[in-house]
Parts: sequence; structure tokens; C-alpha cells
Amino acid sequence: MTTTDAPKAAPPPTGKRRMGDVVFAGTARGSGILILLILAGVAAFLIVQAWPSLAANTANFLTSQEWEANVRESPAFGVGALAFGTVLAAAIALLLATPVAIGIALFIVYYAPRRLASLLGYLVDLLAAIPSVVYGLWGIGFLAPQLVPVYEGMTRYLGWIPLFAGPASTSARTILTAGVVLAVMILPIITAMSRDVFHQVPQGHREAALAMGATRWEMIRLAVLPFGKSGIVGGAMLGMGRALGETMAVAMILSPSLAVSWNLLQSGNQTIAGHIALQYPEATGYGVSALIAAGLVLFAITLVVNMGARYVVARGNKES
Amino acid sequence: MAKRIDVSGLNVYYGDFKAVEDVSMTIEPRSVTAFIGSSGCGKSTFLRTLNRMHEVTPGARAEGKVLLDDLDVYGPDVDPVMVRSEVGMVFQKANPFPTMSIYDNVIAGARLNNRRMSRSEADELVERSLRGANLWEEVKDRLNKPGSGLSGGQQQRLCIARATAVKPSVLLMDEPCSALDPISTLAIEDLIHQLKEDYTIVIVTHNMQQAARVSDRTAFFNLSAPGKPGRLVEMGETNQMFTRPEKKETENYITGRFG
Repeated sequence: MTTTDAPKAAPPPTGKRRMGDVVFAGTARGSGILILLILAGVAAFLIVQAWPSLAANTANFLTSQEWEANVRESPAFGVGALAFGTVLAAAIALLLATPVAIGIALFIVYYAPRRLASLLGYLVDLLAAIPSVVYGLWGIGFLAPQLVPVYEGMTRYLGWIPLFAGPASTSARTILTAGVVLAVMILPIITAMSRDVFHQVPQGHREAALAMGATRWEMIRLAVLPFGKSGIVGGAMLGMGRALGETMAVAMILSPSLAVSWNLLQSGNQTIAGHIALQYPEATGYGVSALIAAGLVLFAITLVVNMGARYVVARGNKES
Repeated sequence: MAKRIDVSGLNVYYGDFKAVEDVSMTIEPRSVTAFIGSSGCGKSTFLRTLNRMHEVTPGARAEGKVLLDDLDVYGPDVDPVMVRSEVGMVFQKANPFPTMSIYDNVIAGARLNNRRMSRSEADELVERSLRGANLWEEVKDRLNKPGSGLSGGQQQRLCIARATAVKPSVLLMDEPCSALDPISTLAIEDLIHQLKEDYTIVIVTHNMQQAARVSDRTAFFNLSAPGKPGRLVEMGETNQMFTRPEKKETENYITGRFG
């Protein structure tokens, strides 16, 4: 066998490389390096531009709640309140969106008739295509007025919980409204990730559950959710990454402010992205540099969340 | 415990395609019945209609009558979930739940019907089921380890323990040994011999020696022609089927002469 096959085998590598291979490898490598360069460039830009204001800052940058940066000397500003608002808004969005997204994904994959399922999947994907400025308009123009009586009701019946203490904002332009809008915005990505992972649940696991007398919901609990856990978490973290950085909708809904408040029904909180968008046009002196410093913090938070998401997804893949 | 299955005039369709035609047979309790036949002849499809698992496949439906003792499996008020807790199933590929421990795998099905099982009841059921599946001695020291860490043969016995923990009256096995080595296969075959004391067992197998070794009765399925539905050619005592089959078709298949 081997003797007859030997002449037919591919000629040993001669060291000469084909043109196409060289070009393709070069392009691919170049693109890969470019990504790293861009990321490093952004980080370097943020650090270099933020440095003058950080060096001159007379307040504690991480904890202070003031923003006196539009001056020629001795600015005093801190990102603490903004970072708090950013994480709070994203957390509200995540808390509201994740259960709904899991429900939609389960319905699409396991309950809906096939035609309705593909239509629904398409519609949810469409949510991702709506520009964020439109979400912002929807938030202040439609959602906030609708929420005013709801918030009043919440202060009346749930006011004993500090989160919902009264009096409620009369405009409903609060962190909770921003969180609801963000939840709608991140719904598509969490749904899409969950849907993909639910589709991948091995038939054997689902049949194993059904064959011992599980109902459809029990099958989902036994076979689908444990398998899909990493996908759901990954999708939620990606959604959180988006919610953290979302600017336009938040800037339109929340008014400029720098408070740290756990009260979800009163205005006062603001996010980093919203703050930058609102302050940038009026920034003078150390103002721009200070805003870039805030941007650097947002960059760091988003990076950490995304790396966390990657880690969770990768660990989940290894287990199954 | 073990129940008789009576099938009459069963047809199975995938959409418009008729996969199995007009099967009637009686499967005796406390015995092993083997289904043999070439690939694609509908024996696995037919097996899945006995606990309505075919309904999991979109477009699949069955016509005809299946009686489990007195219960009409396809009766209008009968819940497939209830049928499946009476008629358990073991699959070709061992499929323990990967995120669950050995203990939780065994108890998973039983927990569905009995939420408030006490710890001691659960412990007892797990031990009994694992002993029943000849797996207890091998895993008793690592019940809290994941089931996916076991060998293929152990995983398949874990799946058998999981199926029996629900206390079904019938156990369907769809080529349970086709992915296992000879030693593990032997372990499963020994287990089948013990299990038939308590259960009605139906096993689909491609391995005719296996059918001859484990079963009391054998049913031979075949296609009348390529693209035509599968049908039951002949069913009888295993000894007789393998020595003096009534039909020429059966003899050809058993002796390895096809067509």
C-alpha cells in the first residue's frame, strides 16, 4: 500500500510560498494587530488627555461628588457619583431585561409554532436596530409620562422600601426610567444569545428528561437551563456592557446632576456617558480633560465587565 | 409492576411519509423482547411510539392502538407525560445530565413526581436504583461527582438507574450497547437479565448475537422495498426465530444473506 501510494503523495514543502497565501496571511495578521493597536491607542489617548486634569485635581477623583472642572486652575471633580449611577442604571436594566429575555428565548425555541417563532425572533432582532436617540425620545416623550402615576403608586405602597421612598419625581425622569429604557435596548442581545444556546441543547439531554415523564417546563429546568446557563450569563454581561456605555438615551432622560442616591424614583443620579454628553459642549479649561478622565473610568468598567463575560462563557463551554 | 403491551394496526408517519405500516404484536410482561432488522426499517421509530416519545419529533404521528394492560396509550384523555413515567426509556447514547452529580441524576426523574421526598427516602431510592443497575459498588464513594465523569458503560448503567428510579413498568432500550466496548456490553446484558424479573423490557439491537443472548422473544422488521414503509415480518420465540424462522426473509437476514 504505502509503496504504491508514495509517488502520489503531495511533494514535500519546497520552501517556496505561494503569492495568495502570503497576501492572505499578511492581511489577516495585519487586521489582528490593527485591533490591538486601536485598543491600545484609545487607552493611551484617554490616559494622556486625562492626565493634566487628574494631576491638577484638588478633590479625590474616585470618591468626590463635585464637578468644578471648567476652570483654568485647581479644578475639583470626582467620578464616584457618576460611576455609581452608571452601574446602578445598568444593573436595573439587567435585572429587568434578563428574565424577560430568557422567557422570550424559551418561547421562541420551545413553545412557539415554527412560523411565529421565526417572526418573533426577527422582531426582537429589529429592536437592536432602533437608534438609541429614538429610544431616548420614546423614553422622555412617551414612557416617562406613563410612569408618573406608576411611580406615585409605588411610593404609596412600596415607599417603606428605601429604594422606592417618596416623593416621586413629577417628571419621572429618574434612574429607574433610564433603566427601563436600557432594559428594552439590551433585550435583543440577551435574547439572541440565550436563543442560540437553547438551540444547542443536545437532543439526548432533552429526550432523557422527557422520557422519564418530565413536562415541557420540567424538561427545560432539568436539561435546558443548566446547559444554557453560561450562554445566558454571557448574553447578560454583553448586554450590561452595552447598558454601561449607552449615552444618548440616558443623556436625554436624566437631567444633569451629581448625587449618589439609592432612591430610584427621584431624579439625582447620572451616568458617566450621559454626563459626558451633557457637559462636553460647555467644557472649558480643565473641563474636557476631566470628562476624558471620566471616560477612562467607563472604559475600565466596560473592559472588566466584558472580560468577565468572556471568562464565564469560556468556563461554561469547557464544562459541557 | 410489569405490564403487557398490546399493539394493533399501528402506522407511524413523519409528515406525509409513512415510516411504519400496520404493526400488531403482543409484548409479554417480565420478559425481554428484541427488535431486529436493518437500519431504517422503522424499529426504533416503532419503539418510540410505545411511550409516545415519537411526538417529540416535529411532524411525527401514530395511528392505531397501543394498550398498556388496560390503559389506551393514545386515548383522548391520556397525558403523554404520564405514559412516559410508566414506560421508561434508555437511549443509544448514554445521556446523563452533565451538570448534575451522580446522585442528582438518579433522583432527577423521581423528584418530578414526588417533590417532598425526604432525605432518607431519596438516599434509599438512589442506593436501590444504583444497586439495581449494578453500579452501586463502583460509584458509592463519589455520588456527588458529576455523572459525565464516568466511563461510557457506567454512564449507560447510570441512565438505566435513572430510568428505573421512576418505577416504570416497562423499560424501552434503543440500542443501549451500540456505543460500548464488549465488557461494558456484557455488564448491560447481565443487567437486562436481572431487570426482566421486574420489568417488561423491549430492546432494539443491531447485534443479532445480542438479541439471541438476552431476549425471550424476537421481532424482525424489514422494508418491503427501498422507500416503502417498514413492517413487522415475523415475531416468535427467540430460539425458534434464530433456528427455524417461518419466513424466508427472516432466514436471509439472520444468516447474513440479504435480498
